[in-house]
Amino acid sequence: MSLLKVNHLTVTRGEDIALVDNVSLSLEAGEMLGLVGESGSGKTVTCRALMRLLPGAGLQITGGEVLLGGRDILSLSEGQMSAVRGREIGMIFQNPSSHLNPVMTIGEQIAESRRLHFGANRRQAREDALALLRQVGVPDPQNRLNNYPHEFSGGMRQRAMIAVALAPEPTLLIADEPTTALDVTVQMQILRLLGDLRAELGLAVIMITHDLGIVAQTCDRIAVMYGGRLCEVGDKREVLAEPLHPYTRGLIDCQPVSEGGQGRLTTIDGQPPVADHFPSGCRFHPRCGSADEACLDQPLLRYGRDSHSHAAACHHLLPTLIRREG
Amino acid sequence: MAHSNWPLLEADNLSVTFPVSGGLWQAKKVVHAVNQVTIQIYPGETLGLVGESGSGKSTLGRALLQLERVATGEVRFEGLRITHGLTSDIARLRQQSAMIFQDPFASLNPRQTVGESIAEVLRVHQKVPRAQVAQRVAELLTLVGLRTQQASAKPSQLSGGQCQRAGIARALAIEPRLIVADECVAALDVSIQGQIVNLLMDLREKMGLAILFIAHDLAIVRRLCDRVAVMYLGRIVEEGPTEALFTRPLHPYTAALVSAIPEIDPDKPLPKNVLGGEPPSPIAVPPGCAFHPRCPYAQVQCRTGEPPLTRQIANHAYACVLNHEGDETVFPLIRGSIDEAQAC
Repeated sequence: MSLLKVNHLTVTRGEDIALVDNVSLSLEAGEMLGLVGESGSGKTVTCRALMRLLPGAGLQITGGEVLLGGRDILSLSEGQMSAVRGREIGMIFQNPSSHLNPVMTIGEQIAESRRLHFGANRRQAREDALALLRQVGVPDPQNRLNNYPHEFSGGMRQRAMIAVALAPEPTLLIADEPTTALDVTVQMQILRLLGDLRAELGLAVIMITHDLGIVAQTCDRIAVMYGGRLCEVGDKREVLAEPLHPYTRGLIDCQPVSEGGQGRLTTIDGQPPVADHFPSGCRFHPRCGSADEACLDQPLLRYGRDSHSHAAACHHLLPTLIRREG
Repeated sequence: MAHSNWPLLEADNLSVTFPVSGGLWQAKKVVHAVNQVTIQIYPGETLGLVGESGSGKSTLGRALLQLERVATGEVRFEGLRITHGLTSDIARLRQQSAMIFQDPFASLNPRQTVGESIAEVLRVHQKVPRAQVAQRVAELLTLVGLRTQQASAKPSQLSGGQCQRAGIARALAIEPRLIVADECVAALDVSIQGQIVNLLMDLREKMGLAILFIAHDLAIVRRLCDRVAVMYLGRIVEEGPTEALFTRPLHPYTAALVSAIPEIDPDKPLPKNVLGGEPPSPIAVPPGCAFHPRCPYAQVQCRTGEPPLTRQIANHAYACVLNHEGDETVFPLIRGSIDEAQAC
């Protein structure tokens, strides 16, 4: 059984604007899934919906189910849900300084959740906090326990936030652009840390990012989102080597790969759609080179020729398609 | 790229300092944001300036255009002194240089239409007779790939990429010879980044623009730039032709930066040894070579005294004590690891 199974999740704003439209995903224990897309593609809203932490008013989950370990967490009461948040699903963010408590020491923030979730006493919680800081590679953890977030550098703050997220021993970690604000050498350290933690703790990770390079280096599978819909999902190597969806192909071609030499970059013409003006039918069709009348109907997610895991939502899958699935 | 022998803009031993309050009873300290930088930009050339946050690359870009007070050293534009120079020379620099910023929304007036923002520049600099302003605005919008009707749009009605194009049109309105582009694609989506980079390439060809391209995305820098300078804690540690710098970096820091780019090919994994630590605060720059606490090649002489001198091999300069004799190379970064670097 999959650790997480998202079926036909839909999040709407107001009457009928579907910011996340019919998204289905699954995640095995210990697996790392890269959720890729441009700004406004709905990748963050999808993950917020998994935690039932939708930002702002007017956003609501209007359809689908989220099965975590076989239990539909969308039907839980608010009280039951707060036991799931943190305890079963942890989350880390792009900007650690706005998600750590500025007037509480790092050690106390970690110890707090050990006491809350495991009923540890003060001394035991502090020991646990020390072990966690050591595990995420904060140098001199004994003294760092008593530091406040502002006394940490950017990379160390991200490590501290990972320690806070891991304190309740979640089985699933959602990482929302965890390295976007970091320098490239520090980014590499954090990516390596996430990979090590996954191997040590058997943690499943959903990595939200716009950088295909990060997905290629760290994740097992990729899910590509465009305009609130899932447009392609599959094994990392299959998707990167043989994308089925023209948008994925375009994204891969856009990457300014460092060994590409000089010269013009490939681009996708036009702009990503905004929620108030989603095009009808396939939301990518105004920017797509192979669009025709068929694309005015919404395409369904279909599996590629020889694969049960690699699927894309397009009427004109790049290699010809065989099997159809609703 | 072929260029004339005289630099368009050059800086000699340029330093920029900022005061920081050191607490109530402590002495005032200064941060050397830019430290003894010597750099040249030739006409029609694109120079990439890369480095991590806090390395002083934006400050250097602003100081070159006289937007920051220079502490020591001087800047020359076409051989004429700008630092403590004549007002007329500074005015000349202003008329021939422009800047593009990172946040496309913040760099345009939200209450002005895009057309008005561009027309304002044309009027202030008296580039065209009043009657032709509207026509010139339309030309500029077409040049950067916007529709002429979009002149009447407010920035809030445009997307990030379109706003960045408008910002570029505004910079081009003065017909500059030099553009300083400060992280101008960092805030844009991947598919839009390429559009803006291609636009800069086209403009460079059409107008013979010199561009100082400040960025932290090395892959884009490699695509666009003729030469690259790498900054670390206020100093330029390596400078050379783009391909040489990427394929055979001479400074260990450049080697670390280049090998930390996550490639899209899963079969080309990141190197086993990652650079440990983080850039120290510019307030407390380590003595000797500022990079030594993180450098896997650091030697005793790196830890004290003055920073290493800049050495020149043909048109490739670097500030490091390593000799690179024979086949010795720092790339890919092979020695050292996090633990060793932290032990230093």
